[in-house]
Amino acid sequence: MDTNQYLEMFIEESKEHLQSCNEHLLELENNPEDLGIVNEIFRSAHTLKGMSATMGYEDIADLTHKMENVLDAIRNAKIRVTTEIIDVVFQAVDDLEEMVLDIAAGGTGKKDVQELVEVLNRIEAGGSAVVAASAETAATAVAEMETQQNGHSDLQFDEYDMTVIGQSFEQGYQAYEISIQLREDCLLKAARVFMIFEIFEKSGEVIKTVPAVEQLENEDFEETFAVALLTKEEADVLKAKIMKVSEVENVVVRPITNETLLQGRVEKEENIVKKAAVEKVDSPTNPKSAVVSGEKQNRKNVTAQAGNKTIRVNIDRLDILMNLFEELVIDRGRLQSIASELHNAELTETVERMTRISGDLQTIILNMRMIPVETVFNRFPKMVRQLARDLDKKIALEIVGAETELDRTVIDEIGDPLVHLIRNALDHGIEKPAERLAKGKPEEGTVTLRAYHSGNHVFIELEDDGAGVNRERVLAKAISNGIVSAEMADTLTDKQVAELILASGFSTAEKISDVSGRGVGLDVVKNTIESLGGHISIDSKEGYGSLFQVQLPLTLSIISVMLVELEKEMYAIPLSSIIETAIIQTSDIMNAHNQKVIDFRGNIVPLVDLKEIFETADGDYEADDYQSVVIVRKGDKLAGLVVDSFIGQQEIVLKSLGNYLQNVFAISGATILGNGQVALIVDCNALIK
Amino acid sequence: MTEMIDQKEMKVIVFQLIDKEYAIGVDVVQSIEKLLTITRVPKTPSYVKGVLNLRGVVTPIVDLRDRFGLEVKEMDENTRIIIVTLPEFEVGLIVDAANDVIDIPVGSIEPQPEVVGTVESEFISGVAKVDKRLLVMLNLEKVLEPVKRGTSDER
Repeated sequence: MDTNQYLEMFIEESKEHLQSCNEHLLELENNPEDLGIVNEIFRSAHTLKGMSATMGYEDIADLTHKMENVLDAIRNAKIRVTTEIIDVVFQAVDDLEEMVLDIAAGGTGKKDVQELVEVLNRIEAGGSAVVAASAETAATAVAEMETQQNGHSDLQFDEYDMTVIGQSFEQGYQAYEISIQLREDCLLKAARVFMIFEIFEKSGEVIKTVPAVEQLENEDFEETFAVALLTKEEADVLKAKIMKVSEVENVVVRPITNETLLQGRVEKEENIVKKAAVEKVDSPTNPKSAVVSGEKQNRKNVTAQAGNKTIRVNIDRLDILMNLFEELVIDRGRLQSIASELHNAELTETVERMTRISGDLQTIILNMRMIPVETVFNRFPKMVRQLARDLDKKIALEIVGAETELDRTVIDEIGDPLVHLIRNALDHGIEKPAERLAKGKPEEGTVTLRAYHSGNHVFIELEDDGAGVNRERVLAKAISNGIVSAEMADTLTDKQVAELILASGFSTAEKISDVSGRGVGLDVVKNTIESLGGHISIDSKEGYGSLFQVQLPLTLSIISVMLVELEKEMYAIPLSSIIETAIIQTSDIMNAHNQKVIDFRGNIVPLVDLKEIFETADGDYEADDYQSVVIVRKGDKLAGLVVDSFIGQQEIVLKSLGNYLQNVFAISGATILGNGQVALIVDCNALIK
Repeated sequence: MTEMIDQKEMKVIVFQLIDKEYAIGVDVVQSIEKLLTITRVPKTPSYVKGVLNLRGVVTPIVDLRDRFGLEVKEMDENTRIIIVTLPEFEVGLIVDAANDVIDIPVGSIEPQPEVVGTVESEFISGVAKVDKRLLVMLNLEKVLEPVKRGTSDER
């Protein structure tokens, strides 16, 4: 079958399922007794198995199958959850991820998983060996059950089934347990099963069968089998329908009610051993039938999720939509300027309305491109777990506000800086358990990753309850690296000292550890965030921990700017870096070390003549009495940009200068103005040292 | 020409700089534009005239005369901007005139002679002789090496 058209969907969904495996595994490690979590993992693995087998990726199917067996053993209390087992399953998920990525990169998705499969097998076998003894006693119980199959319930429901049944009651469905007996001389049992299932699927949904579907399809059963069905049809109607299938001897339809469910739940505990034995008898599955059941299961999952009203849209299409909208924004600007020239009331009104509507449209489009930061955050728990082990520390990661949404352009960029910050907090922040106990802190360190919206910005905070910034050590280092002078050091506040660790040249190659500090240091983080139009600050209390706060713009595609004029040229200064604009008297400009400065609300602010920087003028500065100055900031530092005149504030679409012009000094990009001309965007960060 | 053994031909766009004719393959040419308003980009090599808005795309513009170290001339009504698309970026080339699209047999392209006028030889991938016309084939990858801050290959 031609599976290419499904490939993309397969890759996407596989990633999702693997991610959900990862998350639930972490959860399971904390609550090893919670079988509900095991069920979740099992479901993901099962779906993945079905999908990969359908797509013909045998190695993935193989590995998931083995993983599933182990999970099944855990689910049925055959083996207990231990860290070792979780490690192995993590390893399996890692390998699966690798294979899926390989497929996404155009590879075959093949990988030698033999070793891992063996380990999984061993775990599974080790687990079943433990219950082998009890299985024998259970055997009699099984025999008993079989004899009374017509009288009493054959079906065992797990938590998941019960929830499904419970929910279906609310939606007006009836649940029936249907036992079917075929004639002894029935030749084509599988065919009859198929016909009966066809009836079931037309009238409702089969949620459970005994024996399992694959065994039914392989005729691996005697004359009877039982099915749990959710339907809106009457019991008698169903029975009549099934009886119409030839070679059916007898049909018993029993309603499943809340009472029977409750009863089942109580009995469940006692039945676990019995059930384990039953499933053990049932478990010899060959890969082929697993494929079939995988598909079946898959289809079921799809119907179960049909209530969720979302559609998948290729990100490229959204990008195209965004680009088209950007064109519209440019024309909107043009219309606005035409309308303001013509002074036609009707035109002005129409343009105003259009501006409002396109403003709303902009919000919607931007929102559509928003993704929860979860997509970045979700790889951290596993990373923290691994790092904590490598560092021999006990660390809990708390994530708050993972549903906070950010534009995709920002999401793509913040992953690495955050990884760096977390590594830093784990390595340098949180102390070793012994040290923590000595300080009277809990043995386990806590790192909190928090995301929230505030105004036009998104804040991401990383807080740890570790050692905090040691003023003396940081100062000593900063002085020896020449970042601050010894005299200055005394005047710095604690916050300023803490921020020194973000300064470039602070971190040096001498303290390379495996985890953080590969000689690059936090200044890289700072630069990345600032290049995104964001801002990072740090707050630290020695002995109590540190708080890193990252402030990011909601989107990088459309920004508000102040347009200024230099000679005949127009430049755009991002509003995010502007503090205010001012007109100052030329006589107020002072000189300090050949640097023009002004006194701005008590601060000495250096002046930067943009015309000089951008080489617009021919050198003849006729000093007016007044100068237009835009006060901008980078972090805590201010600067005044001298311009010819202010034109006004505008929403503009950020465009890159392309790959031909790389790294133009003090220019971060370009935009197209209403008159169709290009204006350059000033990179204030480059202008402030 | 009809008896050429090598029947393969390539379509090229012929343009002029001073008195010489140059050629680039049509496959890399996206469009040819008349004069548009160019926005100067400060702190770039002098041959980078700036950027312009090409149907919503900000496109850098290179003055080929300046790039080749020839005498720079003001733009006039014959001046054309040839927009070329390379794998990594799009760039517009300012040329004196662009007036011809012709087919040249691939076999007629020869490696460049030792000296070809004043143009830096590294920019040339070969010369083609077609009907007494001498066309200089440009090596666009070399001509349009990305401009990085600090590189001072201005001339």
